[in-house]
Amino acid sequence: MCDVCGCASGADHFHIADVSAAGRASTPVAFVKTARQVEVMQSLLHGNDHQAAHNRAHFGAAGVLVVNLMSSPGAGKTSLLEATISRLNGRLSVAVIEGDLETENDAIRVRAAGAQAVQITTGNACHLDANMVHAALHRLDLRPVDVLFIENVGNLVCPAGFDLGQHRNVVLLSVTEGDDKPEKYPVMFRAADLVTMTKLDLLEAVGDFDPGKAARHLQEIGGTAPVLLVSARGGAGLDAWIDWLDAEVNACRANTLAHPGPHAHAAAAHA
Amino acid sequence: MKSPPCSITPMHELAICESVLRQVLAVAASQNVRSVARITLRIGPLAGVEPDLVRLAFPIVAAGTACADATLDIEVAPVEVRCQVCDATSSVRPNRLLCATCGTWRVRLISGDEMLLTSIEVMDAPRTSQMEWIPNGVH
Repeated sequence: MCDVCGCASGADHFHIADVSAAGRASTPVAFVKTARQVEVMQSLLHGNDHQAAHNRAHFGAAGVLVVNLMSSPGAGKTSLLEATISRLNGRLSVAVIEGDLETENDAIRVRAAGAQAVQITTGNACHLDANMVHAALHRLDLRPVDVLFIENVGNLVCPAGFDLGQHRNVVLLSVTEGDDKPEKYPVMFRAADLVTMTKLDLLEAVGDFDPGKAARHLQEIGGTAPVLLVSARGGAGLDAWIDWLDAEVNACRANTLAHPGPHAHAAAAHA
Repeated sequence: MKSPPCSITPMHELAICESVLRQVLAVAASQNVRSVARITLRIGPLAGVEPDLVRLAFPIVAAGTACADATLDIEVAPVEVRCQVCDATSSVRPNRLLCATCGTWRVRLISGDEMLLTSIEVMDAPRTSQMEWIPNGVH
């Protein structure tokens, strides 16, 4: 029995002496105090990861290669898609999920280039997540599609953290942005399976972008992605980009993608 | 000057906090818990999540839930690499993942990009059918 309040619950509670219960001032009041620790050890993005795995299984069953395009706004993601669709000329069937805060502009451009496109407008959200992509899938006919591009919200920070179910991440770095971007945004560039340095036709005009230096910065943050230099406008480097895409599409069809999914985290490597 | 934290939607930490809350409430619901006293996260600098922004956003998403009064503890994981050439383990800067011993970039990240809900501390619901308060002398 508790010495203070006389209750039968023992010592496993505490008292708040000055709480007035039903007008009885300073009547001791007790509540049971049993704090205990529960081990969880779960990724903070467990829900998103679960949905992403579901999306990836869906893409695998449909035999569609899914490529997540990420970059800062204006690095040329939509232009690269237009050039890709035009260069493929129907040889591979392309579909695009467009992510932007507002407007249908990019989806309209992609449709004009000759591919199916679904626009997701995120309002103020800074990234796409696996649920948004899943919802968009219901508005796409995946049956004829060979490669689905997800054009993420232009942002070098947030999209890197959210697995969408894609097979490959391609990060674009335009030469007008500066060659130290990988050093400034290591999380994004470490997530890349391929880095394309875009707007190559502006390299001379920009003057101080050194592609070799950018590649070195990429190495120093542990990035292992190959680097391609491309110009969507001039056409330089597009053959190498299409070759990369072909190889990935073939590996996806043959079910031999080297690591189909996002990079393993250190914590998972520990476990 | 840093802008005041008046507009919090355009940051992914809010989405992270919503995810944490869902997971914690799911654990709490499965354990007959009255409230959650403490939530411990482990976040590496390469996870792309800013602990200060998580601390800022969490009370907003937790308001009115069993986590409303929970203390949020965030352990920052060190950034560590193991060299694939000389096998040394080094603590490094997030944007300079090079072996501190031999200087090579051929390293494997062994800590620093994790983002985990490690544990929670819960207050059990009272054993009686009564809710929060057990006035003196009732039982």
